[in-house]
Amino acid sequence: MSPDLTTKYLGLTLRNPLVVAACPLTHQLEWLEQLEKAGVGAVVLPSLFEEQIVREEAELHDATEFGSEYYAEHSNWYPEPTEYRTGCQAYLDYIGQAKKAVSIPVIASLNGTSVGGWTRYAKMMQDAGADALELNIYLIAADLQSTAADVENRYADLVAQVKQSVSIPLAVKVGPYFSSPGHMAKQLVTAGADGLVLFNRFLQPDMDLENLEVSPHLELSTPQEMLLPLRWIAILRGQVEASLAITSGVHDAAGMAKALLAGADCCQVVSTLYRNGMGRAAEMLAGLTGWMQSKEYKSVAQLKGSMSQQNCPDPSAFERGNYMKALTSFTGKPI
Amino acid sequence: MEKRRFVTVDGNEATAAIAHLCNEVAAIYPITPSSGLGEMPDAWAAAGRKNIFGAVPSVVEMQSEAGAAGAVHGSLQAGAITTTFTASQGLLLMIPNMFKIAGELTPTVFHVTARTVATHALSIFGDHSDVMACRSTGWAMLASGSVQEAQDMALISQAATLECRVPFIHFYDGFRISHEVNKIEQLTEDDCRAMIDMDFVQAHRDNAMNPQRPVLRGTAQNPDHFFQAREACNPFYEKVPGIVQKTMDKFAKLVGRQYHLFDYFGAPDAERVVVLMTAGFGIVEETIDKLVTAGEKIGMVKVRLYRPFDAAAMVAALPKTVKTIAALDRTKEPGCAGEPLYQDVITAMAEQWTDGPAPKVIGGRYGLSSKEFTPAMAKAVFDEIAKPQPKNHFTIGINDDVTHTSLEVDETFSTEGADSTRAVFYGLGSDGTVGSVRNTVKIVGENTPLHAQGYFVYDSRKAGSLTTSHLRISPRPIKGSYLIHNANFVACHQSHFPDRLDVLSVAEPGATFLLNSSFGPDEVWDTLPVEMQQQIVEKKLKFFVVDAYHVAKEAEMGVRINTVMQACFFKLALTGVMSEDEAIAQIKDAIKRTYGKRGEAVLNRNYAAVDGAVGALREVKVPEAATSTKHRLEAVPSDAPAFVKEVLGQIIANRGDELPVSAFPVDGTFPTGTTKYEKRSIAQEIPIWDKDVCIQCGQCSLVCPHGTIRMKVFDPAKVSGAPASFETADAKGKDFPGMQFRLQIYPDDCTGCGLCVSVCPAKNKQAAGRKAINMEWKLDHLEREQANLAYFETLPYAEREQVKVDTIKGSQFLAPLFEFNGACAGCGETPYVKLITQFFGDRMMIANATGCSSIYGGNLPCTPYTVNQHGHGPTWSNSLFEDAGEFGFGMRLGVDQQVQYATMLVQQLAGQLGDDLAKTLLENPQETDEQIARQREAVATLKQRLPEINDPAAKSLLASADYLIRRSIWSFGGDGWAYDIGFGGLDHVFASGRDLNILVLDSEVYSNTGGQASKATPRGAVAKFAAAGKPSRKKDLGMIAMSYGGVYVGQISMGANPLHALRTIRAAEAYPGTSLIIAFSHCIGWGIDMAVGMDYQKEAVACGYWPLYHYDPRDEQQPFHLDSKEPKGAFKDFALKQARFAMLSRSKPEQSERLLELGQRDINTRWEFYSHMAEMEKAAARGSANGNGAKAETTGDKEVSQ
Repeated sequence: MSPDLTTKYLGLTLRNPLVVAACPLTHQLEWLEQLEKAGVGAVVLPSLFEEQIVREEAELHDATEFGSEYYAEHSNWYPEPTEYRTGCQAYLDYIGQAKKAVSIPVIASLNGTSVGGWTRYAKMMQDAGADALELNIYLIAADLQSTAADVENRYADLVAQVKQSVSIPLAVKVGPYFSSPGHMAKQLVTAGADGLVLFNRFLQPDMDLENLEVSPHLELSTPQEMLLPLRWIAILRGQVEASLAITSGVHDAAGMAKALLAGADCCQVVSTLYRNGMGRAAEMLAGLTGWMQSKEYKSVAQLKGSMSQQNCPDPSAFERGNYMKALTSFTGKPI
Repeated sequence: MEKRRFVTVDGNEATAAIAHLCNEVAAIYPITPSSGLGEMPDAWAAAGRKNIFGAVPSVVEMQSEAGAAGAVHGSLQAGAITTTFTASQGLLLMIPNMFKIAGELTPTVFHVTARTVATHALSIFGDHSDVMACRSTGWAMLASGSVQEAQDMALISQAATLECRVPFIHFYDGFRISHEVNKIEQLTEDDCRAMIDMDFVQAHRDNAMNPQRPVLRGTAQNPDHFFQAREACNPFYEKVPGIVQKTMDKFAKLVGRQYHLFDYFGAPDAERVVVLMTAGFGIVEETIDKLVTAGEKIGMVKVRLYRPFDAAAMVAALPKTVKTIAALDRTKEPGCAGEPLYQDVITAMAEQWTDGPAPKVIGGRYGLSSKEFTPAMAKAVFDEIAKPQPKNHFTIGINDDVTHTSLEVDETFSTEGADSTRAVFYGLGSDGTVGSVRNTVKIVGENTPLHAQGYFVYDSRKAGSLTTSHLRISPRPIKGSYLIHNANFVACHQSHFPDRLDVLSVAEPGATFLLNSSFGPDEVWDTLPVEMQQQIVEKKLKFFVVDAYHVAKEAEMGVRINTVMQACFFKLALTGVMSEDEAIAQIKDAIKRTYGKRGEAVLNRNYAAVDGAVGALREVKVPEAATSTKHRLEAVPSDAPAFVKEVLGQIIANRGDELPVSAFPVDGTFPTGTTKYEKRSIAQEIPIWDKDVCIQCGQCSLVCPHGTIRMKVFDPAKVSGAPASFETADAKGKDFPGMQFRLQIYPDDCTGCGLCVSVCPAKNKQAAGRKAINMEWKLDHLEREQANLAYFETLPYAEREQVKVDTIKGSQFLAPLFEFNGACAGCGETPYVKLITQFFGDRMMIANATGCSSIYGGNLPCTPYTVNQHGHGPTWSNSLFEDAGEFGFGMRLGVDQQVQYATMLVQQLAGQLGDDLAKTLLENPQETDEQIARQREAVATLKQRLPEINDPAAKSLLASADYLIRRSIWSFGGDGWAYDIGFGGLDHVFASGRDLNILVLDSEVYSNTGGQASKATPRGAVAKFAAAGKPSRKKDLGMIAMSYGGVYVGQISMGANPLHALRTIRAAEAYPGTSLIIAFSHCIGWGIDMAVGMDYQKEAVACGYWPLYHYDPRDEQQPFHLDSKEPKGAFKDFALKQARFAMLSRSKPEQSERLLELGQRDINTRWEFYSHMAEMEKAAARGSANGNGAKAETTGDKEVSQ
């Protein structure tokens, strides 16, 4: 008998724990339909960025006002648009279209760093039909005057503000760079997060040696990157009252199995789909099913968290243990 | 019935709204100041706004006004109610069709913003010379005198034309009414329906061409019957005045405003009467109001229906007591017996006056090219006709010290009401001042019982341009359409203006003065020139200061200080009108209504600017006396030539109105090289050279749009006296051993665009963000660089034969003969023009199409074309928009004829000149710079020898000798000219094969008139008349030219491949037949950061959007060469960085996506086509080399290349 792959994430019942994370793949209806056919449990739509909202509004305004009234022969450059569909409106329209196109849960994503009027878009996303909202907090704390507490409070305030404006479940996606990630996770949950998505991969700029310029750089994840979120999923499972999603480095069925064992409610994937095509989703689910069958797991629910820090045979292994074990293993091996 | 409401709009919007409602088709072509008339209905149609027939009108942009008139004619023949909008030369291009339309008794209205027709000079401003040129077309002419009337007469003319079948020109003064914003009662759709009789609409449709009941029009007629047939229309013309009056009466009954063919205003027993049309009405009314109250017996006849001229009605409108009449014409007809209205009045009086001896009639001219006409001038006319022998054929508003036609004016006479607010705002084009004043007019006009009027005066330069906004607010309707000369509020939105400009001359005693300055209330006083301080003290002005740039920056508004300054005006000037809280609330409400659709972020920024402004406004405690030692700067240096000081300098200093007639050249001929005297100093940051990092490549100098970066090499042993700050570097390269190199910035001429920095390839090893040239705060370097420049200018430029001119570096050692032009900062066109003058300027003739290049090339006060150290330089002329190809072609014809004549004379005099000299003169091929230099020497020798030869032929040859130096003849223009209005002529020039060089500065849009689509506009770009993105692909002009086989064609991009651009230009010029260079010119109209305009050019070529190529008919093996690499990167990525494409993605994303995909396909197919073409030619050439003779088909036509 096939094991039961259904899982609960943010209060939603997913047919399996494979979720496509926010990325350009979920930006086209046609691809969404293909992903659904490939079997994924849910999709997170690409992020609507705070900067994007503000910039697009400002840019369209600037373009419309551009060069206006500066010369006798013309009062402006462009005809006033008959409608304004900045990133936000197009995004909201897309949520509605996505909901019509697929039957799996559609999670909208909002990316920002500051408390402000822009967070009203969370409510608009809810009204547009999103099943849940993922708040992606992408903050580079480059201001040397900001203390760790300042930064953490900013995260918490933002989550609280967004939570106040919506009734649908709210997941919060953050990076790993906190002095005390566990405490931060608790703060986020206290502020209103229904789920945590661990961890965001920050886009790290690169340098162009030819032109001596700093250039944006994006690389797909590698399976090794999964180990960091895996640890924190394992640590947090059972210690915070929130759904947990793993993201970064889940590339295959084995990765999914490990994430579930650690305590993830679902696994968000992107890179492997880019590398291997959307059919990869079906392969991963088949692989997971096969592995569960071979290990006689009846359901994801049974499997989930069974190797979390609380449930694993050696809880310290998730703290310093991994390093110790590796060291010990090496040095203990007879030459 | 729908309720009428009061709105504040300009004359064009008032008119366009009616035209949109009452027409089904509009075929248009942009021309200032009527462009908005077509643009608004186009935008409304795009938004689905319907006409009174329930349909959305079709608004179509044509390739010229001639095309628009033809399309209108056709549409009318098809039964559609059709209109167009135009002015000036545009109206003249419509005249042939207008004769036809009237001859066929076809009802239509052309709405005309009356504008000066170009004569000795072009002018975009208003007078009646264009409409007067249409008097013989058979069109009725109805004039409007205010914004309100422009709307009302638009409807009356539309209703009347349908009934009488005679077509109408509805006209009003360009700019003074077309662009004046005023409060009017807006007519409703119901009003239009009530006025337009559907029976007449049906009659028009019934009269249309219809295969179901076919007719034939446009026959050719012969002497036996044409005359009679021409007279057959008379009954229709006889009925027009009656129908118009009937329509006016119907309008009055419906709306309440009564008009007559001729309206009288003034004392019922007036003895002196002025007759005039359009915007002068309100001015003369104000004058009459004041003088009649003082007991004067004066009046005015307003001419509304000018054609057909109902003489009886005009005479009937006059009081019987009138003794003297002055007819005022806003036009000039040199050599006439009197201007048109004067002649009509004379005729009317002769024919119709029956009450005793006819009154004396004199005529005068006023207001040409929007020259100010004020109540003081109107009074001068009334005073003149009070004299026993008034001056006939007078002028008013100028000082004619040559033929003494002008009348004296008492400038102290004013009719301004004491209870009105009169505000003048000085701003920069880019700071939003005009927009904020326009907004203020709307707020006051639409939210208070007060009346408001706004009018805007612009500078002729595009970079750093000055705008002056005139705002009146009054409890009564504001009639007077003239500038404010006694303001009770003056705002100066830029702190540097007072250094050069007398902004307080318009301030009346006790007025409020608001200055935007980064200096606070305690420091700002000391920053002012003493002349301004004296005015503040003497006029007892209340002085306020605000740091608007700081407030705007805090509110994330960038450099748009409009909202900040508007809030300050409300707080300072409108507190008598509304409470401060109410004023601020009104501004915020207006912001919400204006920008609400654009999003919360936009609103919040503007709100923050308002709040910040109110908090930052401070009053300055004015000392009892002026204290400054700083004086206002002179307009031009004291050592400038007399003409520059006495004429151009006065225009620069805004004192052009004071210049007398005698100051001006009689034929519109002006000296070149005068921009160097106007030190505008508009940049805040200028590029500063780092000699240690510089690799002396010349790219910064090459791309500088304004010629403000120069390079020289010199022998240090031969020069002395350099200032200590004059840094130099060892000249790099083996060509300059022992020489020193200097890169010099012109700090007061630089616009601060930053293009030079963006192209600099040399990076500082210690700080990668810095280059060999870096933008730095000007004031930190100004004095030093001024001193350096003064010394630099004493060093000689290289002669062209001394440097490798076919390299970027070498070319930049040559003196640019085009400098400090008034183009937009960072312009993409002017670097090409400058480079061409560096190569050929000393023997160039330029025929320039009207457009940006004619404005930055020839707009007074100062001209950028200049001369080299020998006094040689480009000679330049602008004919029309449409004929620069033919104009240049004509220059070629004329020059060739003169060359032929001079050659013949040299041959004839060879024996006396010496065979060697004659041989050089006749046989020197003049293909290289060295050969041309040799020819110059030979001609100089010739000129020395000729006076010694006693032969009439020698005298003739002396006059023609200069023609023996090969001339470089060019036609310059933009894509609007080359792709659209001038294409027919250009095509003919291609076919001629004559040696003309054609430079098309392709900015892919009508840049000068503000962004209308041309056939060069790419698919997917938003432009006026392409609001939903241009649906069709760009025309391939180069391919059309190549199809002739004998035209040299080069498509270049300076930003992508400067060396290719340079060499293509040189090869094209050297080609002895017709050459076409299509130069990719980034433009402010693309909505890009102009500082990196060259990067856009680079990307355009990289992605295949703008392939580089050249087609050289001399290369018989392979004329076509594709010179750029295979496309890499997506068109979409390039496109969406520009507002012209990105706008569509933010308003109609699906449409944008579709058009961008098609745009990519255009790129792919064109590249494939070009590649195949190049490959086929290569293959053919290989085949030829192998002896199969296939090449013959691809060579140019040698005969037409000669």
